[in-house]
Amino acid sequence: MESLTNTIHAVPLNHYILLSSIIFSIGVMGVLIRRNAIVIFMSVELMLNAVNLLLTAFSVYRGDATGQVFVFFIMALAAAEVAVGLAIIVMIYRNTNSIDINVLNRLKW
Amino acid sequence: MGQGYFVNINMSTFYFIAFLSIFFSILVITAKNPVHSILYLILTFFTFTVHYILMNAQFLAIVNFIVYMGAILVLFLYTLMLINLNKDSEPVKPFMVKFAGVFGGGILMVALAASLKSMGASNPVILQNPDLGLVKNLGKVLFNEFLLPFEISSVLLLSAMVGAVLLATKDTKTA
Repeated sequence: MESLTNTIHAVPLNHYILLSSIIFSIGVMGVLIRRNAIVIFMSVELMLNAVNLLLTAFSVYRGDATGQVFVFFIMALAAAEVAVGLAIIVMIYRNTNSIDINVLNRLKW
Repeated sequence: MGQGYFVNINMSTFYFIAFLSIFFSILVITAKNPVHSILYLILTFFTFTVHYILMNAQFLAIVNFIVYMGAILVLFLYTLMLINLNKDSEPVKPFMVKFAGVFGGGILMVALAASLKSMGASNPVILQNPDLGLVKNLGKVLFNEFLLPFEISSVLLLSAMVGAVLLATKDTKTA
């Protein structure tokens, strides 16, 4: 069993970093190309998860549990962020009958 | 020989799951219907759970499964149901803006990958301590070194709950 868990991770660290940066970039693209506020929110979640995966990979690589504790905190933060953000989206929809972010340009200077 | 067999199996598992993660996350941002986007996001997070299991981070795998797929994405679906977008009304951005967005994201990806390439070869990710990601070990770290941030995060969740209720309730005075 121990030899199994030891040999599971022969994947180079660079490949984890590459995977995380690809998914992070996909999240950035999603924020830039979509106009639906909920899909933009989901892209933000995608970016948060890419960082979570990278933190876990570094934590396993260094043999330090601190990274995984940080991932736990990020998940709590994401839950709070989603609750407040979706409440804001619902309020916006109630006021403007749309969740298109281009309607929300009244804060422009 | 047995060890090499396991290495091959698990490395190919990693690359297969990584491919699925990238594939589903591209589908998330390209799907026309927001409900399909959310379903693809659930699949993406499931592949992340498999990644955590491959790294033997069992606590994070369970928490990712319960919190992200169980709570956050259900909240997304519920909000989408509340908002009722059945007329498929999202206006598309002009092509140039989309192209600029994809180009900017691609530039970011290329910059990250190039800086990674200049770092040279890296060591493999090897789990030295097999019970690193188990609940017992993480609980000890969480409640010894990170007790204050843990309590503060409970206050954060409470304030987020109060804020969400305050924002989402109708204002009876103006309405």
